[in-house]
Amino acid sequence: MSLFTGHDLTCIRGERRVFAGLRFALDPGGALLLQGANGSGKTSLLRLMAGLGRPAEGRIRWHDVDIADDCETHNARLHFVGHGDTVKPALSARENIAFWTDLRGGGDVEGALSAFGLGPLAAVPGRFLSAGQRRRVNLARLAAAPAALWLLDEPATALDSDSVARLRDAIARHRAGGGSVALSSHGGLDIPDAVPLDLTDFAEAAA
Amino acid sequence: MNPFLAIVRRDVRLAFRQGTDTLMTLAFFVIAVVLFPLGVGPEPNVLARIGGGVVWVAALLASMLALERLFQTDYEDGGLELLALAPMPLQIVVLAKVLAHWLATGLPLAVAAPVLGLLMNTPPDVFPVLVAALLLGTPTLSLIGAIGAGLILGARRGGVLLALLVLPLFIPVLVFGVSAVEMAAQGLSPKASLLILGAMALAALALGPWAAAAAVRQALE
Repeated sequence: MSLFTGHDLTCIRGERRVFAGLRFALDPGGALLLQGANGSGKTSLLRLMAGLGRPAEGRIRWHDVDIADDCETHNARLHFVGHGDTVKPALSARENIAFWTDLRGGGDVEGALSAFGLGPLAAVPGRFLSAGQRRRVNLARLAAAPAALWLLDEPATALDSDSVARLRDAIARHRAGGGSVALSSHGGLDIPDAVPLDLTDFAEAAA
Repeated sequence: MNPFLAIVRRDVRLAFRQGTDTLMTLAFFVIAVVLFPLGVGPEPNVLARIGGGVVWVAALLASMLALERLFQTDYEDGGLELLALAPMPLQIVVLAKVLAHWLATGLPLAVAAPVLGLLMNTPPDVFPVLVAALLLGTPTLSLIGAIGAGLILGARRGGVLLALLVLPLFIPVLVFGVSAVEMAAQGLSPKASLLILGAMALAALALGPWAAAAAVRQALE
């Protein structure tokens, strides 16, 4: 039995059935790589996994407990990186990371800053950061506070090759510590032994 | 740090650092009240008669200004999703944001009110009641306003919609807030009105965060 599983998931956005009959299974230390064309439901699936929405049909379980039954416990064990950068223009890079870390009960902000090469930028206000630097600030909160499950939606967007390597290292450390990760990516980020999940397969079942 | 306090501290810090929320609210409050002596004429008795109502209406409109951005900026940069994913109930997150909004806008309004009372020729012995009424009334405005701020997420020109949604709900606070000031001005006890203002604040505290959290959750789906 896997740690984190989805059973016969159906997602409906607007009037459209995005995918149906979708299953996934994720083990400790495992990685799930979501693939598929634009609009095939990668973001929708990651949001369902985070509990930000409810599937129209099907169940998502952690250790055989439905995540909808205990949202707060599920929230405490996951990190979610969406499309937005969640960086406040008026706060410095360090303050931005420290806030999201405090929200989860504290963690290693300085270590996270150095893990993503943000040391020299720690005191720079968010409004002076470039798109790639803002993305790194957003990713640094992953390293600051531990969580068993990382849900990453296109995490490598706007990153240079050096930063992509830092992200790859952070994911490798997370997995080596027994953490799981589900991510969508349009290439550029090689994750060793990631299990691919092509959402296009489930879109056809829905039609 | 406690997650609740972390949210309050961040939002208050943002409000002061960006300078817009607190300063703009106070500046609007002052200008709106100053317009009345200019428009009505400098007749001291008339000003004293309408002073309490003018200060209350101006405070009510001023507290609306920053309300639109209560959830909007977090909604736009994706932070609201992360706040909803914090390991605590969304109602508590909403309550923390409302508290920060009140500290950044409602509290400065109540503190500034006596200065504007002077301008409106309000008798100085009424000032404590005016401040007390605003201290009891403005949290209700922030709590009710949060429901509206949650409902307008994702709407275009949300500010106008927010005013239309929320201002009618502010009427009871206005009625009893003004009546407390009037009672005190006539030498009567304002206790009954102040108690009703307190009761409305408690009711809003009990219901507001739940309704606002439901509205926010709706916007995130």
